[in-house]
Amino acid sequence: MKLGLIVDLDKCVGCNACAIACKQWNTSGTSGSLSDYRPYGPDPSGVFFNRIRHYEVDSYPNNKTVHFPMSCMHCEEAACVTVCPTGASYKREEDGIVLVDPEKCMGCNYCAWACPYGARELDREEGVMKKCTLCVDRIYDENLPESERKPACVMTCPTTARYFGDFDDPNSEVSKISSQREGQELFSELGYKPVNKYLSPRKKVEIKQHEVKEPDLVKKVKDWVNKVVEL
Amino acid sequence: MHPAFSVIFFTVTSGAGYALMGLLALLNFLYLGMLIDKSTFFIISSISVILFTIGLVSSTFHLANPKNAWRAFMRFRTSWLAREGLLAIIFYPILFLYLYFVFIDYQIENFMFMQMYSCFILFLSLLIIYCTGMIYACLKTIPQWNTFWTPVNYITIGLFLGSLLLFLLLILNNYNVEQYKLHLIVIIITALTTKLIYYFNIRSPKHNIGQATNAAIKLKNTSVRLLDVGHTGGTFLTDEFGFKVKEKKLLRIKLFSIFCGFFAPLILICIYCYLYEDVLLCFFAFILAFLGMIAERWLFFAQAKHVVNLYHGSQNV
Repeated sequence: MKLGLIVDLDKCVGCNACAIACKQWNTSGTSGSLSDYRPYGPDPSGVFFNRIRHYEVDSYPNNKTVHFPMSCMHCEEAACVTVCPTGASYKREEDGIVLVDPEKCMGCNYCAWACPYGARELDREEGVMKKCTLCVDRIYDENLPESERKPACVMTCPTTARYFGDFDDPNSEVSKISSQREGQELFSELGYKPVNKYLSPRKKVEIKQHEVKEPDLVKKVKDWVNKVVEL
Repeated sequence: MHPAFSVIFFTVTSGAGYALMGLLALLNFLYLGMLIDKSTFFIISSISVILFTIGLVSSTFHLANPKNAWRAFMRFRTSWLAREGLLAIIFYPILFLYLYFVFIDYQIENFMFMQMYSCFILFLSLLIIYCTGMIYACLKTIPQWNTFWTPVNYITIGLFLGSLLLFLLLILNNYNVEQYKLHLIVIIITALTTKLIYYFNIRSPKHNIGQATNAAIKLKNTSVRLLDVGHTGGTFLTDEFGFKVKEKKLLRIKLFSIFCGFFAPLILICIYCYLYEDVLLCFFAFILAFLGMIAERWLFFAQAKHVVNLYHGSQNV
C-alpha cells in the first residue's frame, strides 16, 4: 500500500479547518501532545503538522488566490528517514507511512533539515521530532465506522478538497483523480518521490478587458471638420 | 540556517583535532618513528584528543533530547551523521592502541606494521572530517551545502588549523621546523583557495519560487506572491530556517574570516619563516586562524538557505 493525500487547490478555500482538526486529533493521538508554547502570552506558538499558506498567482486580470495546505508527503524516497542517525524515523513497509519513534529520537533536527516541505516539527517541550502520522491511529481503528477511517484533515474539510487513499491501487479514488487531473508533486526535482499529490487550479475564465481604441483616421477627420464647422 | 554555536564550535575544534592527530601520524610515518620523542608525542596527541573530544561533547548540546544521543550510531548505513558518530567513537580505541604501541617502542620491532598503522590513523582522521562535511553536503534541500566543495573545505580547513597547531607545538618543544615551513604555507594557501572556490560556487541561487510553488499549481512562468503565511506567530520553521542576515553584515564577516582567518596567519607565518623568528607570531597566527574559522563556520550556516523558505515568500534560495 502507498497511502497518501490529494489536495484539490481549486476547492481549497484556505479555512485552516484541516490544520485545527489535525491538531485536535493528534494532540491526544499517538504522537501527542502537540505542545503549545506561551498560549496566552504575547507571542504564542506551537506544534502543527499541517500548515496552510496563501499565494497570489499571476497578475491582474488573471490573478487568483491559491490556498496551499502542506503536511508530510510520506515520500517514497524519504530523505528524513535516510539521514536519521538513530533510526527513530522510519517508513512503514506495509503502507508507506513515515513515522517517528519518540523513544529513539534525540532531537538533532537533522530530518527537519533534510525535508524540503517543512513537514517536521520539533516539540521543544518534549525534545522530540514530530510529524503528520496520516492519522495512523484513526485509519485502522475498527471501532470507527468505515466511512470515518480517514485522517482528521480529510474528515473535516468543508469543501472536500482533500482525498485520502491508496495510490498503489489503480482503482482507488485517489489514483483515478490523480491520473484524471494530473496530480502534481512538489519539488519532484529533488527526487524524493512525494506520495501526496496536488491538483492544479483549472484554467480561469478569461475576463475580457474593454480597451478604448485609438480613433481611426476617418473619425479624426470628421471630428476635426465638426470642430471647424462649429466655429 | 540558524547558526547554532555548539555545532560551529564542534566542527571547527574536532576538525582541527582530527587533522592534528592525522598529521602527527604522518610525521611518524615519514620519519620512521624517529623524529618525535615520546613526551612531545604525548603532548601533541593529548591536545588533539582534548580538541576533538570537546568538539564531540559540544555537538551534543544542540540536541533536544540528549539522553538518546547514544543511539546516534545506529543508522550508519544511510546517515552521514551516524557514520561520523560511529567513526568518532571507534577512533578512540584505535588511537589509544596506536599511542600505546608508540610508547612501548613497538615500531622498532614491527616497523612495517607501525608504518601501516600510522597511515591508517591519518586516513581515519581525514575520513572523520570528510563525514562531518558530508553531514551538510548530502542535504539536497540546502543548495549552498549540497556541493562537492563542502567536504573539501572541511578537510582543507581542518588540515589548515591542524598543521598550524602542529607547527606551533613543534616549535614550543624545540623542534627544528625548517622543512615544514613551505608545507604549512602551501596548506594555508590551499585552504584559502578552496574556500574562495566555494564562495564563488554558491554565489548564485539554485532554486527559485517558480520551481517550488509553480511545480505544484502547474502555472509555469507566472508570478507567485506570498499573501499570508497562515500563522500569526513564529513557528519551528521560522526559528530554524528563517534566519536572515543583512548582506552588509554577511560581507563584513566574510571579509573578517578571510583576512583574519587566512591572510593574517599567512603573513605572520611568512614573517616567522623568513624574517623574524618569534614563537609568539605562530601563537597569534593560530589564535587568529581559529577565530577566523569560527567566523567562516558561522557564515557557512548563515549563508545557507533551506528550500522551505521558498514557501515562505523567498523568491529564491
